[in-house]
Amino acid sequence: MIYAAGVDVGSTQTKAIVLSEERKIIGRALINTGAFVSQAAERAFKEAAKDAGIPAEDIAYVVGTGYGRYKVNFGNAQITEISCHARGAKFLFPKTQTVIDMGGQDAKGIRVGPDGDVKDFVMNDKCAAGTGRFLSNAADTLSVSLDDIGPISLTGKKPVRLSTVCAVFVESDIMSYLAEGKTMPDILAGVHSAIAARTIALVRRVGIEPEVSFTGGVSRNIGMVKALEEKLKLPVNVCDDSHYIGAIGAALFALERAVAGVTEIKDVQMNTEPGKAPLIMPTLPGTHAAQ
Amino acid sequence: MAANGQKSDKKTDYQGKMHNLQKDMIGRYYDSLTACAEGKGGKAVYMMISGNPVELIQAFDMIPVYPEVNALQLAVKKQALPLILEAEEMGYSTDNCAYVKADIGMYFKGRKTPFATIPEPDLILCNYVGCNVYLQWFEHLAQYSGREIYNLDIPFSRTLTDEPSEEDLNYVVKQLEEIIEVCERITGKSLDYKKLQRIVELSGETGALWCEIKKLTMCRPSPFDSYFDSVTMMAPLYCLRGTEDGLWFFQEAYKEMKARADRHEGPLPEEKFRFVIEGPPPWPYLRQFRDMFSRWGAVAVASTYSTVGGIWEFGFRHDPMRPLESIAKHMLQFNLTNRNFIQRYKQIKDYVEQWNADALVIHSVKSCRLFSAGQGDMREYFTKELNVPTLLIESDLEDPRYFSEAQLRNRVDAFFESLEHRKMLVAK
Repeated sequence: MIYAAGVDVGSTQTKAIVLSEERKIIGRALINTGAFVSQAAERAFKEAAKDAGIPAEDIAYVVGTGYGRYKVNFGNAQITEISCHARGAKFLFPKTQTVIDMGGQDAKGIRVGPDGDVKDFVMNDKCAAGTGRFLSNAADTLSVSLDDIGPISLTGKKPVRLSTVCAVFVESDIMSYLAEGKTMPDILAGVHSAIAARTIALVRRVGIEPEVSFTGGVSRNIGMVKALEEKLKLPVNVCDDSHYIGAIGAALFALERAVAGVTEIKDVQMNTEPGKAPLIMPTLPGTHAAQ
Repeated sequence: MAANGQKSDKKTDYQGKMHNLQKDMIGRYYDSLTACAEGKGGKAVYMMISGNPVELIQAFDMIPVYPEVNALQLAVKKQALPLILEAEEMGYSTDNCAYVKADIGMYFKGRKTPFATIPEPDLILCNYVGCNVYLQWFEHLAQYSGREIYNLDIPFSRTLTDEPSEEDLNYVVKQLEEIIEVCERITGKSLDYKKLQRIVELSGETGALWCEIKKLTMCRPSPFDSYFDSVTMMAPLYCLRGTEDGLWFFQEAYKEMKARADRHEGPLPEEKFRFVIEGPPPWPYLRQFRDMFSRWGAVAVASTYSTVGGIWEFGFRHDPMRPLESIAKHMLQFNLTNRNFIQRYKQIKDYVEQWNADALVIHSVKSCRLFSAGQGDMREYFTKELNVPTLLIESDLEDPRYFSEAQLRNRVDAFFESLEHRKMLVAK
């Protein structure tokens, strides 16, 4: 039996997935990334192996993804979370054409090809507007837990209109609404609506085609799912594993390489001798879509 | 092995003789600036890169000084940020062009840099007015230095045919004649028309060689990187164009690059992707930026940035029989920044098609809103209309605070991952 794993080291949380040869998820782990990125990656990987009930050494291939992917020292390769989210979303929802990913610091839109390949993508630039950080700042200001803001937002009757999508200035905006006597549900409904609008505007640049799958940590927030659906006028795919999608994609890449017997992957180095070209292993096309 | 036996610099070895020659020549150019600043002779003319009329300046033996080139040198040498902050303390906005701020900061810090002491201007010749910020930059310098300024008014390209109107051409030629009078007054010499013709002839030959060099990147593999290595050739093109030295540099560069092309040598051990790139490089992190592409085996085969000072690869040559007209034409028509978007699109499209590129990369810079505006539409046009995979990334050409390595690398990696997939589908 061949096992493979994907470790998605995000800015906030680290996720790990173990896949069996039949492409079944047999282990998962989710921990906070914290300051020690390499340790977090290793810990998540070991926990996922434990969850799968197999020794970590039995895992033939590990692909790292997310911002900390180069810190997955024990891994065999690194692939961006953009490719991994596309692949993972296609695996969980085979009709996916568009992925909306909202993580701790990133919001992105990905157009997904028939193989689970990336046709085009856009991301937010140097600004946390429209990301998980915006929501967690709003939650902090209102002293509610991040897990609760989504459900609370759904009870809002008259969403407030935020004057900013800046993750820092949202705090003063919220304070002034509180001073005006607005209710927490209305404020949170406004927060979710502002972020959804901002993200959709971003994703429109690559074109939104159904089905739309929603990935990343924020996809666990039911308020955001509803806000996106309302603005898109489309259903949005989410499931319990939505925030694991990056790690699932990474594990799928890992499994393909493990099955193909690929061991070493190297970058092109500028200073190597001509004629001795190092190999870059291509990101293999997905096979799931063809099944 | 470095060609002239100097200490080997591994990172640039493959660039060979050209690189060392450039270092040597530009070193001497900067020495002439320092000498001028120290009162050892020479009249300094501040100019813009865009469509520069350096031939006129050379005809009076005046020294061209390019504040943009100085600013970018400061960035490459990681000296820019304190100077930018200096200018911000003076009241220049954070949103202001960082070239301007680094230069103004440097001006008030005594004009001393690690590569030269920059002389006070004898003439401030604003030869490009397409950028309002640049116009004001030179006006500020004129105010700070109390020196003479001449603002050339170059009408923006407004025709679809590429050709400037007869009126526009005459308008610019008239102004060049006025500049001749200004230079005559400043230097106390009258214009030697034959000398100007010879200089323009040298420029024509230099442009022809530059054009041939740029066409070499049509080869597979491309013998050099048309973005990262073209930069090496751009300084001699602006600072030494119209001189025998400048011509010699391009003769040597052509020979060397042609030989590399004949030997099928490229800057990387393996050329996996060919791309066209739009926008200036992030000077403070040039090496890191290059590595992001190199590790994917990606080579730039054409770049719009290498045409900011002039476009020669589509046939333009300075004509010694009509020196002023050809300088005017260069300024009006054969200079990237004076081009409208339709012309810019066409130029990039030609590069993609004729240079056989796999993709387009747009490096948008925060400093230059004028030039970056519309790049979102450019991305749409190339991805959706022409089906050319296009990556739009953003940082800055001067201010290191806008360069986020992890974010950029993530986008570049994802882009090449998807290109790799496309290649595989074609191969199947």
